[in-house]
Amino acid sequence: MSNPITLTDEATAIEPRPRDGRQTHFAHSRDQASEPTTLAIGVRDLNAWYGDFQALHSISLDIPANRVSALIGPSGCGKSTLLRWFNRMNDTIPTAHARGSVHLGDTDLLSRTTDVVDLRRRIGIVFQRPNPFPKSIFDNVAFGPRLHMKLSRTELQDVVEWALRKAAVWDEVKDRLASPALGLSGGQQQRLCIARAIAVGPEVLLMDEPCSALDPASTLAVEDLIFELRRQYTIVIVTHNMQQAARCSDQTAFFYEGRLIEVGATTTVFTKPKQQQTEDYVSGKFG
Amino acid sequence: MNRRDPIKTQVRAGIDNDPEGPLASIQLLSGEPRRKLDARFRGLCVTIAAVSVLVLIGLLASILLQGVPSLSLTLLTGGPEPDPSEAGIRPAILGTLWVCSLCALFTLPIGVATAILLEEFQPRNRYGRFIYSVIQLNISNLAGVPSVVYGLLGLTAFVSMFGLFGSRTSQGGGLEIGIRYYDQFFSEGMRSILIPVSDPSRPVSEPVDGMQGIDTSGNPVTLKVISVGEALPTGDALQYTLFDDAEAGRITKKAWYHFSLPLGRGVLTGALTLMLVILPVIIISSQEALRAVPSSLRDGALGLGSTPWQVVWHVTLPSAMPGILTGAILAMSRAIGETAPILIIAGIVYISRAPQNLMDDFTVMPLQIFNWISRPQEEFHSIAAAGILLLLGILLSFNALAVLIRQKLHKPLS
Amino acid sequence: MSSANSLATPTWRGDLDDRVGKYLGRSHRSLKLVRGRETVIYAILIASGLFSLLITGAIIYVLAIETVSFFKSDEVTFANFFGSTTWNPLLGGTKSFGIWALICGTMLVTAIAMSIALPLGLITAIYLSEYAPRGVRNVLKPVLEVLAGVPTVVYGFFALMTITPILQWLHSGFSVYNAASAGIAVGILCLPTVCSLAEDALQAVPRGLREGAYGLGATRFDVSVKVVVPAALSGIISAFLLAIARAVGETMIVALAAGSLAQATLDPRQQVQTMTGFMVQMASGDVSNYGTEYYSMYAVAFTLFVMTLALTMVGNLVRRRFREAYE
Repeated sequence: MSNPITLTDEATAIEPRPRDGRQTHFAHSRDQASEPTTLAIGVRDLNAWYGDFQALHSISLDIPANRVSALIGPSGCGKSTLLRWFNRMNDTIPTAHARGSVHLGDTDLLSRTTDVVDLRRRIGIVFQRPNPFPKSIFDNVAFGPRLHMKLSRTELQDVVEWALRKAAVWDEVKDRLASPALGLSGGQQQRLCIARAIAVGPEVLLMDEPCSALDPASTLAVEDLIFELRRQYTIVIVTHNMQQAARCSDQTAFFYEGRLIEVGATTTVFTKPKQQQTEDYVSGKFG
Repeated sequence: MNRRDPIKTQVRAGIDNDPEGPLASIQLLSGEPRRKLDARFRGLCVTIAAVSVLVLIGLLASILLQGVPSLSLTLLTGGPEPDPSEAGIRPAILGTLWVCSLCALFTLPIGVATAILLEEFQPRNRYGRFIYSVIQLNISNLAGVPSVVYGLLGLTAFVSMFGLFGSRTSQGGGLEIGIRYYDQFFSEGMRSILIPVSDPSRPVSEPVDGMQGIDTSGNPVTLKVISVGEALPTGDALQYTLFDDAEAGRITKKAWYHFSLPLGRGVLTGALTLMLVILPVIIISSQEALRAVPSSLRDGALGLGSTPWQVVWHVTLPSAMPGILTGAILAMSRAIGETAPILIIAGIVYISRAPQNLMDDFTVMPLQIFNWISRPQEEFHSIAAAGILLLLGILLSFNALAVLIRQKLHKPLS
Repeated sequence: MSSANSLATPTWRGDLDDRVGKYLGRSHRSLKLVRGRETVIYAILIASGLFSLLITGAIIYVLAIETVSFFKSDEVTFANFFGSTTWNPLLGGTKSFGIWALICGTMLVTAIAMSIALPLGLITAIYLSEYAPRGVRNVLKPVLEVLAGVPTVVYGFFALMTITPILQWLHSGFSVYNAASAGIAVGILCLPTVCSLAEDALQAVPRGLREGAYGLGATRFDVSVKVVVPAALSGIISAFLLAIARAVGETMIVALAAGSLAQATLDPRQQVQTMTGFMVQMASGDVSNYGTEYYSMYAVAFTLFVMTLALTMVGNLVRRRFREAYE
């Protein structure tokens, strides 16, 4: 928990996005990114397989707390596999197995004795496609708190409102909390799913290509939200979209064919990559 | 060899010289015969499809023609009287109601639980996967076992319970609760007097003077026994007087909770046997309903820290409910129409009233219909047709209910 | 309400933040309890899963022990059971248990039924899957579903009261109970089974195969018969096997329409007794519970069970193999 790591200060070179009124974010990000931060998730020598196919080859990676870490790379490079090992979603795939160590604080995430249920409360996940339950908006957000906590009706209402406000979707849904969540637009659904994940009070939020099924306007809304949320949460985002990684992450890790090729501050990876493969990928030569 | 070579070169030359390639010189077959064949096959298909519709119409017409004249209120309210004009199907309707409700009660939980196990709790290792595939194959094979075989299984496993509890006769035997045995005398005043029997395996009681009994309204009475030839008392005493050669008959009174082992040929046996028949059907349809729930919903719930069962209970099961219910209703309509296993366990017996307890003898609608069809008299055939109309009506409304549920409750899930 | 906090959440409420922070910090529900409940539920689920295996075990056990009692009887020999075509279990002096008489009756009825159900079912399936316009499909599918849902005793009535008179009108040689009438009714009963299973198989063939053939200028007939049917062949065969198993095990129709005289004949105009028909005859009559004839019912059931199990098992294995190929 306490070993400090520092992101290289090239992070300051992130170009402001060509949109009005957003500069505040970057002033803010400049302050934070250069400060030393603590380690949230430490991955050491992780190898993972699906049956006989090795999806990850000895990955070692530090995920800093209260930062956005982006995992990029062409499809099939293992980035989603890594993400799904962080909260053991891979347990649902019978053939998946892994060797190595992944630690969240003192908890060994891969240990047989680790309680995955408790683990998933501490490490929330948002999926590629918005997947609200076929229930009301309120019940969707209340789903997690109802599982994990004993709350009175008013306390539950507080938690739901809080999570929806955090996910920046409260103003759009506050008048129709009882209506079905599937009636929302794709972008709203995805923010609802983020609210649902926040409502159990996680430390880490994993996002598996959270914008790939959304239109550009919704993507922007979700990206803004991600940027906002990193003040409270450690965020790991898997993305196909390099602009997205450049726009909203502090640290970027590039994967290729199951290997971690390069990791560093986002600006370094995008402007001065050390590896040729990384440069080819970020400059669009393949992928 | 010498003769072939020039030909080869000739063809080669053709390919090389002709700008349109070798196909240019080939005569195309006419498409006409193939189009004709296609049209003919389509005609055949339409004819056959029409035939299957006609068969259904013929089936319905022949039953309607014979059945409609016999449809009457007597059919609904009467028992299986020997006189065709008084015969009805009421006891069978009630028997069907008892047996099928009980059957649903047993089958649904087991069937849905099995489906949940197979679909939602994936095995983690090779050994588990093997067991699962054995169970799965076993279920599809059970679905193909003729229902009459389940009837024989029911006969041994439920009716006589492998003889483990002895056999039940009118003298008792086996394990029983909620049943009382009485010896019934008719007094000289033509009153029915019941003598409670503590041990039903003993022979029927002999009349003894001063014997304690109860009369028909349940009041305790003391019997007076006189020898044959003695003068009968007069007045009230005549009601409680027997000659010493009076013979009793053994009767039983059963409470609503009457239960016994072995189960015998009662309603419970019928329900359990039908359970065996429709269990595979319910498992398979529930599995299909669960499979139709998108896995993204499961992932969503798991990602929030739900246990596997919480995922099932809060997300998968509610989403699959319309499908499971539809499948269950269709399975129940199969149970209602199932005849052979019931025939094997219950046999053809005269049942004039609704079942009173779980051990009571019963008949069901299709069995009563079978009974009527197999009689030689024409009148019974037309009553059978009327019974079939009733049965089909019930089944059709079940199907309609299933369709309704499918439409009303079906919501998009993602 | 304070709103100066950020741009993305303009209506932020500080008080809410504090309160919810407290709720989330509270101790969580006991994981031990949740885990314990989970284990109990899992055990219940496994028990119900094993119940289906128990049923199979019980069927085999019951049929086996009662069949053993049957063969222990002095009146029965293996040679008689498997070698004779005379089935005469009820008449005192001349009892004979030659199962071939019943098997022959079953085969005759099944053959008649399948000569109707297989071709008609397959062609209807091809029509539904490849040809039928939406409107026809919407009529034909429910008709088949209704046909599939009709209780078998109703088909028995239909066979006895409608098919038999028609057959007798066509040809005077038909007796009141005859194999043809029962076979036709069983065929109608099996038609929806063949049709829906075969249609499933045809539908499972990938669109790309059809498009490839159409792209080469094939007619609908070419595509269906030369491309789709061969591609779905194992699925169709499995449909056929399952339908045959159903016909072999069909009970009420044959009990009503086929007659009760067990004879090894190939004449569809004659009455025959099938294995299932014999069991019904035994169950509806007053036969003592422990005589040889009573146990013969189990021996017949065992034979029937082995036949249908083999058919469904092969059918299901073929189907599974087929589905694996395309899904």
